Amino acid sequence: MAHGPAKGIGRWLFATNHKDIGTMYLWFSFSMFLLGGAFAMIIRAELFAPGMQLIKPEFFNQMTTMHGLIMVFGAIMPSFVGLANWMIPLQIGAPDMALPRMNNLSFWILPFGFALLASTLFMEGGAPNFGWTFYAPLSTTYAPDTVNFFIFGVHIIGASSIMGSINIIATVLNLRAPGMTMMKLPLFVWTWLITAFLLVAVMPVLAGAVTMMLMDINFGTSFFDAAGGGDPVLFQHIFWFFGHPEVYIIILPAFGVISEIIPTFSRKPLFGYSSMVYATSAIAFLSFIVWAHHMFTTGMPIAGELYFMYATMLIAVPTGVKVFNWITTMFKGSLTFETPMLFAIAVVILFTFGGFTGLMLAVAPADIQYHDSYFVVGHFHYVMVAGAVFSMSGAVYYWLPKWTGKMYDETMGKMQFWIAFVGFNIAFIPQHFLGLAGMPRRYADYALQFSDWNMVSSIGAFMYGAAQLMFLYNVISTIVSGKPSTEEKTWEGAQGLEWTLPSPAPFHTFSTPPKVK
Amino acid sequence: MVSRVKQLVVYALSPLLLLSFVGQLAQAQDAHASGWSLLNMTEGVTGVSHDIYDLHMTVVWICVWISVVVYGVMFYSMFAHRKSRGAKASNFHESTTVELLWTIVPVLILIWVAFPSTKVLIDLYDTSEADIDIKVTGYQWKWQYEYLGEGVEFMSELTTSESAIYNLEPKTEFYLSEVNEPLVLPVGKKVRFLLTAKDVIHAWWVPDLGVKRDAVPGFINETWAKIDEPGIYRGFCAELCGKGHAFMPIVVNAVSEEEYKVWLADKKEAAAAIREMAKQTFTFEELMAKGEDAYNRSCASCHSGDGEGIPGAFPALKGSAIALGPVAKHLEVVVNGVGGTAMQAFGGQLSEVDLAAIITYERNAWGNDVGDMVQPIDVLKFKQGQ
Repeated sequence: MAHGPAKGIGRWLFATNHKDIGTMYLWFSFSMFLLGGAFAMIIRAELFAPGMQLIKPEFFNQMTTMHGLIMVFGAIMPSFVGLANWMIPLQIGAPDMALPRMNNLSFWILPFGFALLASTLFMEGGAPNFGWTFYAPLSTTYAPDTVNFFIFGVHIIGASSIMGSINIIATVLNLRAPGMTMMKLPLFVWTWLITAFLLVAVMPVLAGAVTMMLMDINFGTSFFDAAGGGDPVLFQHIFWFFGHPEVYIIILPAFGVISEIIPTFSRKPLFGYSSMVYATSAIAFLSFIVWAHHMFTTGMPIAGELYFMYATMLIAVPTGVKVFNWITTMFKGSLTFETPMLFAIAVVILFTFGGFTGLMLAVAPADIQYHDSYFVVGHFHYVMVAGAVFSMSGAVYYWLPKWTGKMYDETMGKMQFWIAFVGFNIAFIPQHFLGLAGMPRRYADYALQFSDWNMVSSIGAFMYGAAQLMFLYNVISTIVSGKPSTEEKTWEGAQGLEWTLPSPAPFHTFSTPPKVK
Repeated sequence: MVSRVKQLVVYALSPLLLLSFVGQLAQAQDAHASGWSLLNMTEGVTGVSHDIYDLHMTVVWICVWISVVVYGVMFYSMFAHRKSRGAKASNFHESTTVELLWTIVPVLILIWVAFPSTKVLIDLYDTSEADIDIKVTGYQWKWQYEYLGEGVEFMSELTTSESAIYNLEPKTEFYLSEVNEPLVLPVGKKVRFLLTAKDVIHAWWVPDLGVKRDAVPGFINETWAKIDEPGIYRGFCAELCGKGHAFMPIVVNAVSEEEYKVWLADKKEAAAAIREMAKQTFTFEELMAKGEDAYNRSCASCHSGDGEGIPGAFPALKGSAIALGPVAKHLEVVVNGVGGTAMQAFGGQLSEVDLAAIITYERNAWGNDVGDMVQPIDVLKFKQGQ
């Protein structure tokens, strides 16, 4: 019955094993992370000093657009799908994902989607230059012809996400080991289940938005053109109906990871498990009804403005519950600070800070000043990077011994953490100042009063970028020459089915379902 | 034991450091601050901008106090409950009372914030009973201001030179925030802004006025400001609008009512003079000189100074069929634009003199050698013939 992986390239091309597919997702997303990071380095190098030094404004716009698209769709989302592939079957005692062939397809169309998108960099007219939010009509009437490649790229990426989500839903609902009731699911599984429903609900909306663009550009419709009876602001409504749940799609699995790591290194069960599940569901529900808080300056009627302000402020409540739960989990625990825990604590601190600025942004009249300024850039990097990317880094250190049977170098891990932590804050704290002082986002060049903090921000960004190369080194050197770590339970305080398996986890696991008490 | 107490004090103090930092931040609100001291939102010079600032600081302080508690508990645990200090883990994992408490208290805080926010928002939306109406139109990449009912309108464009941007000459004080003609407004009057755009979405943002509103093509948005103090207030376009997004600043010159009246009368006279000029005839050389100037201001950002355009985005004019073809078609394209493309209708943006000069220049520059010229009167006739 038990057999190993196929030999050669076929193992990867025709992979149906959740661990192999998870591995491919993780490597793919990391390579996208480096690509998107390289774009960020170009942006920060150009903004190091006032004046145009390295690139032209039109290329600068391509860089901001591609940085956003690649990071959101290419790095963060697939990385968590990779993590889900690896960990969900191990955590619920399933032999594999429920739909292994679809799993293969959903991964393998991704490189093609991103090849379509990235190829535009080498075409006449250049890459998409209208921002990752691609507001019409800048992205339709005024876009370069390459926008069509972008549209089909988004279609493919969206299809991949939907398939990945269907697979996760099917796996969690059907393949749980006997005794693994819903309210016993590890929080990572819960947050992913909810995320998967969000994805299935909103990715088609994104597909609809880009298809309407395609029609406007090529077939003479006027969805987003007032001259033909359409409305450019309609685009924003559709985009953010996708886009707001999207930010929770990115952050919820990260919450799941943190809810695994903190109890382990606190040696204490997670505080308020059921309230965590309810809070996650509440956040997911609210995420559907707050989208227009991204549009406070579009001239909505005041009734809409008030409603979206109140609804958005409400999100602070379930989000607060999660933060309080994590901290109370640590309270009276027996804490140690290995690298995964350092990342998890950093997430709690920095994500909470991003939550505070989020609350500020929710206040509609104040948002009149914050909107589309660097304050917003600072805010969402605290949520996306310090929330999602930091927790992803923590997750890799946390489960790497389970995946490889080798232990990473703790000193190197901690060093990488501190460089990332310090670099990140140097990069993004000043952006809040810049925004409050009046610097708009997506500016290729800026007035002289913004010079000082931009320079600081760039230095921090380079530091944070260097930390990622160190991360790559740490992972590779662990795989190649890490100390063997073969005990089942890598971490003293770890709970959960994955820690009952040998390390590295064999190719096939839980062929016979475990019994969960 | 002593060192333990010391450490405890340090941990307890760390949130206080945050407090003192925010305290400093609150003081650094000088409107003309620059460099390192640029830390906080401006209080601005209108009632609304003051209200927004107060609201902003209220929420900042709420966040600071919450973070003192939350981070305080966290740092305390990180210190006191570490395994290396021999901490044994408890096993508690729920408490309905505590969980209810930290759900209800935030709700109450939010309600407390919601009241003043609602009040300010209602005020901010009240554009009724304005003394002056200004129509603001966003173009790639400049602003047009029209004093409704006064017959005065003009383009406001960046004056920072290309060579300053590309570091070939030094940057001056108002680098990227200086324009050829600021928007002049009287203090103490309620000014209503009617915002729209001719191409893509722009956003008109002047922090000191507490005004930011999108300019959406095909729609008109409203907002208002009543400026308390005379002065020059600078702002920027805040919605990504293409490659010139960072290069279309806003300058508002707020003056006393008397000065405003004098300025407006002068502008009206100047407008009449420009209309008069459209009846004059110019020599080829005059048109070419004016044309080069006007072309570089209004056309070069897309079609580039050498007429080569940007391949794949903006067509070249050098050797183009339109620039070398019949005048009527050339006029049609420049005056009415090309629907469905980035080519705007310049008929309403530029004077007849400028239009005639630009067309003449395009037909005879960079080796385009048609040899004919267009007079302002031709443009006027073309417009009237439509």
